[in-house]
Amino acid sequence: MPMDERMRQRIEAALKGVDAQYVEIHVEESRSSNVRYRGRELEEIGRSSALGGNVRALAGGGWGFASFNDLSDLRAMVDQAVRSAKVVGGDRVELAEVPSVVDHVPAVLGLDPMGVSLGDKKRVLDPYVEIMMSTPGVQSSSVGYSDARRHMVYANSEGSYIDQERVDVNLRIAAMARDGGDVQQSGISLGSLGDFAFVQDLNESAQEVADKAVALLKAPQVKGGEYTVVLDPILAGVFIHEAFGHLSEADHIYAEPRLQELMAVGRKFGGTHLNVKDGATVPRPTLRGSYLYDDEGVQGQETDLIREGILVGRLHSRETAAKLGERATGNARALNYRFAPIVRMTNTFIVPGTATPDDLFADVEDGLYVKNWYGGMTSMEMFTFSAGEAYRIRNGQIEELCRPVMLSGNVFSTLHNIDGVANDLGMNEGGGCGKAGQSPLPVSNGSPHIRIRECLIGGA
Amino acid sequence: MPHRGCVAIPSENGSNPSPEQILERAMALGQQAEVFHVVASSTPVHFEANKIKAVDTNESAAAAVRLIKDGRVGFSSTSDLADVTALVEAALDTAPYGAEAKFDFPGATEFPNVPVYDAAVEEATTEEMAALGQRVVDELRAYWDAVQVEGGVSRSTSTVTLVNSNGGHFSYARSGFRIGFEGTVIRGEDMLFTFDGESSVHRISDPDAIIASIIRQLGWATESATVENKTMPVILMPTAVPSILLNPLLAGLNGKTVLQGTSPLAGRLGERITDPRFSLTDDATLPYIPASRMSDDEGVATRRLPLIEAGVATTYFYDLQTAGLAGAASTGSGERGVGSLPGPSTGVLLVGEGDAELDDLIADVDEGLIVEALLGAGQSNILGGDFNANVLLGYKIQDGRVVGRVKNTMISGNAYTALNDLIAVGAKGRWVRGGLYTPAVALANVSVAANG
Repeated sequence: MPMDERMRQRIEAALKGVDAQYVEIHVEESRSSNVRYRGRELEEIGRSSALGGNVRALAGGGWGFASFNDLSDLRAMVDQAVRSAKVVGGDRVELAEVPSVVDHVPAVLGLDPMGVSLGDKKRVLDPYVEIMMSTPGVQSSSVGYSDARRHMVYANSEGSYIDQERVDVNLRIAAMARDGGDVQQSGISLGSLGDFAFVQDLNESAQEVADKAVALLKAPQVKGGEYTVVLDPILAGVFIHEAFGHLSEADHIYAEPRLQELMAVGRKFGGTHLNVKDGATVPRPTLRGSYLYDDEGVQGQETDLIREGILVGRLHSRETAAKLGERATGNARALNYRFAPIVRMTNTFIVPGTATPDDLFADVEDGLYVKNWYGGMTSMEMFTFSAGEAYRIRNGQIEELCRPVMLSGNVFSTLHNIDGVANDLGMNEGGGCGKAGQSPLPVSNGSPHIRIRECLIGGA
Repeated sequence: MPHRGCVAIPSENGSNPSPEQILERAMALGQQAEVFHVVASSTPVHFEANKIKAVDTNESAAAAVRLIKDGRVGFSSTSDLADVTALVEAALDTAPYGAEAKFDFPGATEFPNVPVYDAAVEEATTEEMAALGQRVVDELRAYWDAVQVEGGVSRSTSTVTLVNSNGGHFSYARSGFRIGFEGTVIRGEDMLFTFDGESSVHRISDPDAIIASIIRQLGWATESATVENKTMPVILMPTAVPSILLNPLLAGLNGKTVLQGTSPLAGRLGERITDPRFSLTDDATLPYIPASRMSDDEGVATRRLPLIEAGVATTYFYDLQTAGLAGAASTGSGERGVGSLPGPSTGVLLVGEGDAELDDLIADVDEGLIVEALLGAGQSNILGGDFNANVLLGYKIQDGRVVGRVKNTMISGNAYTALNDLIAVGAKGRWVRGGLYTPAVALANVSVAANG
């Protein structure tokens, strides 16, 4: 079923004369491919396609949502969503006013992965496998590649009709080394908005990953406790995503007055050197978290979250913006047509400061340099983020490699403990973000090198 | 009694081709072919800020084709079932690059009788589900009016069908009913999150166990406590057992990591790897358990698999391809979503019950922790057995009594080491998320680090 003029007529007809305050329809067509190796074994190569849609309706004070693969009767789906909404009832829900938009947005493309044959994709990945597996000490490796092209139509009862395409590219390379019962691993995750070139020419990175996994077998373990840590831009990006980004998502706080007090605009969270932004258009409109319109048809933009240490803004859907009397920020996103849009981050980053990275190390007598990432999680107040690499810092010098560490913080103290922000912004486009069962959503995050005092590290 | 099918829900997409019709098309292209087909529907009712917020209805239908052509595996999947040609041709396109097939699709099989469908679930109206959720909200707020409640009640049904060119076939229907609620208390800068949930094949009408569990968590966390950086006993509540202890063990027993040589348990079947008081079994044949099934997702009958018996590693678990590569047989452990090839995975996990009552375990600890929920567990070197996580919800035990909640605290260690240094395994288990039954497990020496 092509996404053509006939589809548009059917969608617009289904939205006419509905007994609801607001109705939106999403229809999506997608194609994806994936290639995965375990060791030298090609484990999986496959192609998938999807066609489906959803309707979300606001009626009588509640939301109703219907998702489906059968597009033959969109009006029936609209009626289903409206019926569900009316079960909810309650006080009227307001939506922030936004302009109606009719637009067509083609995909941001570099080297389009859809134009690269499966055989050529495999030929790009083969050397990475071979480099890792032929490194002495490496027991096994994994290489996982995937790409997806999504064609999404969004239409609402206020007259918006937006047709967008996007292409997402993902790669993870990891090596495992084993010595008896001791297994260590190292890896990198990369991603791109529409450019296959990002996953090409990574022989050097594959070698580094393999060497690191082997080196970890002999690396000492860090003792748990508080440390001064310097974070590289990649891990600092994950840090700000977990430490502050999620708490900036207004759907966590808009219905809870006590949280609104805690997260009041004007509250001080860090020093004047701390500035944090999120935005689908910044620092570049071509990152994995970038887009022109969110899944409520609201234009993506730049939002200051922290300016000179002070909370100045947060991320909104139309509903949370109206509830808190703020403007919609274009952060309502859905993983795909099976889900309703919820408030999500886009590209989240700490704004570069004036220090050089060397300045941050210079006066650290005993600390850790933590790089790269394994993962991160938050429960809003407390959060964790795990480093892919850790090095001891002594008297300003980066010394021996240690086993990877898990770092933990508290939003009300850890941001105050950032005492250095360097000038070298780097963005991390690997992996994805999970929230409310919608994972992995393409986002990016980044930062310059930063330094945190008294950061809690787990360890035996 | 063995049988080959059970009640099936007719496809809502009446005009779409049946799994058999897709198979026929795929067989024309490959030497062997298989179609995996899932039709599912779910109705979640969402609660936010102490009241109902939204009602969803989700309907989906999707199919995957796996075929073997010139000895290689091709794969594709789609939710656009009207276009069978595109589906089978995509599978054919991938085959020349695919893995060398180390298996044949299984033929007709006698499956165990594993009922996982209860029609009563479909009769639950959204109004009734809303009322059930509101009861949880109201009772938690009656206990403590500062609690903000969110969560949901949902019902679901699905029909899973597999047909292959060797005569293998199964189709079964599954029903599901789930309640899950979170109670949050904000006091100053202190945020307390409590949670519990329950999954069933049957309709749940009594949420008392969930309410009681959340109230116990709120009670234990009312006061706050601090710990020093040191090694101490840690009692893992059932909800904390999987991420700390089971996930590393399962990574180690997975036929795939064994085959790759990245499992610390490779070559160690028959050896004692944990304290003899610890046992772990995978049994997806248990009737009316949400994660049970008569067949795995490749048409291999499920069975009871003892994984660790009295501390001894007894079985690795395999899907067809991994078993073929390893020179072993599938253990009926092939699992997949529609969008990907199967891999080895467990069905219903059972941790054997010990003899220690939770109250007695607590009473015997001079200084230690109880851990209910963790943050970041699993985001470290699981293959090696390491655990390292923030204690999202945990309490301090002082002189045999729970004295309050600890925060900004991390626990670290290694699952293999910890399972050889047990205080005891709890006497009473409970279901966690519909696929795991476990008691609490008390570890003797765990490293604890806290912000001072």
